Amino acid sequence: MLSYILKRLLLMIPLIFGITLITFTIIHPTYGDLVGRETESIATAVYGDAVIEGTIGEPSTLIPMLAGDSASHGVAGMIFNGIVKYDTDLKVIGDLAESWTISPDGMVITFRLKKGVKWADGVEFTADDVMFGYKTIIDEKTPTPYKEDYMQVKKFEVLDRYTFRVTYKKPFAPALTSWGNLVVLPRHLLEGKDITKSDFGRNPIGTGPYKLRKWVSGQEVVLDSNRDYFDGRPYIDRYIYRVIPDPATLFLELQAGGIDMMGLTPIQYTKQTNTDFFRKNFQKFRYPVFNYTYMGFNLKHPWFKDKRVRQAIAHAIDKSEIIDVVLFGLGSPATGPYVPNTWPYNPYVKKYEFDPEKAKRLLKEAGWEDTDGDGIIDKDGKPLQFTILTNMGNRLRINTATIIQWRLAKIGIKVEIRLLEWSTFINEFIDKKRFEAVILGWSIGLDPDQYDIWHSSKTREKEFNFVSYNNPLVDTLLEKGRRTFNIEERKKVYYKIQEILADDLPYIFLYVPDAIPIVHSRIKGIKPSPIGISYNLPKWYVPEKLQRYRIEP
Amino acid sequence: MLIYLIKRLLEMIPTLFGITLLSFFIIHLAPGKPTDILTELNPKITPEARLKLEKYYGLDKPIIVQYGMWLKRIVKLDFGESFSGDRRPVMERIWDTKKPLLERRLFITFLINVLSMLIIFTIAIPVGISSATHQYSLYDKITTTSVFIGFAIPSFWLALLLMMLFGVHLGWLPISGLKSMNYDSLTLMQKIWDRTLHLLLPVFVSSFGGLAGLSRYMRGSMLEVLRQDYVTTARAKGLSEKRVIYGHALRNALLPIITLLGLSVPGLIGGSVIFENIFGIPGMGQLFFMGVMTRDYPLIMGILTIGAILTLIGNLLSDIGYMLADPRIRVK
Repeated sequence: MLSYILKRLLLMIPLIFGITLITFTIIHPTYGDLVGRETESIATAVYGDAVIEGTIGEPSTLIPMLAGDSASHGVAGMIFNGIVKYDTDLKVIGDLAESWTISPDGMVITFRLKKGVKWADGVEFTADDVMFGYKTIIDEKTPTPYKEDYMQVKKFEVLDRYTFRVTYKKPFAPALTSWGNLVVLPRHLLEGKDITKSDFGRNPIGTGPYKLRKWVSGQEVVLDSNRDYFDGRPYIDRYIYRVIPDPATLFLELQAGGIDMMGLTPIQYTKQTNTDFFRKNFQKFRYPVFNYTYMGFNLKHPWFKDKRVRQAIAHAIDKSEIIDVVLFGLGSPATGPYVPNTWPYNPYVKKYEFDPEKAKRLLKEAGWEDTDGDGIIDKDGKPLQFTILTNMGNRLRINTATIIQWRLAKIGIKVEIRLLEWSTFINEFIDKKRFEAVILGWSIGLDPDQYDIWHSSKTREKEFNFVSYNNPLVDTLLEKGRRTFNIEERKKVYYKIQEILADDLPYIFLYVPDAIPIVHSRIKGIKPSPIGISYNLPKWYVPEKLQRYRIEP
Repeated sequence: MLIYLIKRLLEMIPTLFGITLLSFFIIHLAPGKPTDILTELNPKITPEARLKLEKYYGLDKPIIVQYGMWLKRIVKLDFGESFSGDRRPVMERIWDTKKPLLERRLFITFLINVLSMLIIFTIAIPVGISSATHQYSLYDKITTTSVFIGFAIPSFWLALLLMMLFGVHLGWLPISGLKSMNYDSLTLMQKIWDRTLHLLLPVFVSSFGGLAGLSRYMRGSMLEVLRQDYVTTARAKGLSEKRVIYGHALRNALLPIITLLGLSVPGLIGGSVIFENIFGIPGMGQLFFMGVMTRDYPLIMGILTIGAILTLIGNLLSDIGYMLADPRIRVK
């Protein structure tokens, strides 16, 4: 019996060896010339060709006000226009609006729309369509998460075919930017219908650069260029979203030529695409995304009430180390709740250089010292130890927590890490304020108003100031910031808020990750900007010789 | 026979009821709600807006009431509307009668599973028989070894390796999806060829693991039968080895395999969730995965119910098959 088992075990060795051998030979293929060598392009833009974007998520509906996922908004953004939009420097410019005027008290905005803009079915776009969109979004029966901004409107009037006026209850600075594509719907197609029941979400008609050709569930969304687009016919004739739920398959499709663009992961960006094949056939981009990761303290906790403890922890953490290890260097240190290179971002705030000695000094000042020689600093007989909570499944946050744990151990603070399933984390710990420290991230809107996150009134359950930050000066400034329209005035307000936050440290702002898309090199005309690359998509083109797909309308 | 069938069909009703009840409670036990994606940690959402959304989806009612409402619709064969943004009826998402048969999700999943089942049975049964009749020969050892490799390799990993080899490295086969980008401009023959190419890898991967298992079962069951007295008798009568094996032994050895056929349905449906995601195939498994991720309760329940019905039908078919193959059961 024993010898039989031994024999069987021995038999397994060549087997395992065989399997690993197969793996290795397959995992390291040498890339041949899958895609033909490219010659330098001619600099003039021409029409034609298609771009295929790979995505892991499928849109749920193409009606912007009903969609909660980024895939839906991405596709809908190609089909619909807003009244206003952001320019590359994050200033607000007109999209469907020709111009607008704001009354001196900031309560009334009058928009004048561009004339001659047509829905894809040929009917002219007018102020009545905006009125219809507005009425739909504030309707009790519309299940939309975006009502709030429009509930601030006191009166909506259509003055003539191309002019409408909105009057607010109070001056509200984010008001202007709220007139994006959420409220632009074709009245002639939807009036009297329940938008949740109609099939408009799957067969939308918009005014945008592209129009829907077909949508095959689970497979692809195909868009054709709108030849009558008011801002000029887009050069790329067809834009296809291919839905491939598995990220590994997506990356293989990129190599096989099945897709032209996708978002990479840090390891794909730095290592896997660092080959001749990729350098020759693809262009990579890198720009900060609109979110940041932070470590937040429960400011009701007796230890963290003391600002010196929070500042000491900030000095003990090396942000650049976290960025190098966790993000492979593809990010930038965060110093406040805004993203670098945007107008509200204040680059001159207090920064906490990595200095463990200074951290120890600050802790000593606050009364924390290792009196019993166990390596953990203590005060009144209690050792300084706490738990960092973060959500399961987010590798970046877990790794960040581990590095912080190691760094804090060096100055005598004992940290434990606890991972929680997302819903449990939010419902049982964040909402009930049962935590000492958390690592989380915020996606930030393009408007700098962050009243809900920092104002001391927003600390109830399900609200967002869950760290219980309370600074009367910040409260006043937040109030002022959302009531001021002048961008220079607002800038001063938000600069000041960032200075105070940097000193108070309710959060330790850790990093802003980069978005790292890759695009096939035959596609020209891409101009990276702080708002990404796809804002000028209608102006992308493929030189005639390099065109890969022939599109027959 | 007819009475037996009717009895079995009637028995399926309470079973199905039990399955849906359990599934409904289990999916609601999982933390998270369909509205979470829209509302969790989104500063634009006020608590009031959140409650309104929950009310809109009927999530504010006690769970037992929610089940009652679901059940009331289901007896009218109405699976309800999906919670996802476009609010389409669940049935339309699974079996869209406006689309050609080949593009309906349930049909795609069904087609791939039937194909792989056919492959599994046509290969595993002969392989199992011959390795039983040649026990401990070199042939038996080779098949045993390959079977263990097949068992040990996780299918998602094998799928990725094959995609790398055939899709990227050699460029022979498409990596994902069901048809090419230029499908509409192809001739009929090219269309058939295109679809076949796209199906090769998924069908191979989904049958690979099952192939290994089933051939082992076939081998074991055949060895069992070959030891029986009546096989010895048949040999003593002077029948040829061929007749002994294919005429007498095989029929009896097949009995446990028929049972396995019925039991393999839930496994195949579960497997679909994995390989449809990897290969980007727009079938029912992929839809189920999306539904679970967004906590789309009506969609999850719809697919689970269809899966349960398919499993019960599979069991029924295997019992009927058993009856046909084994006279002893028919008499009872």
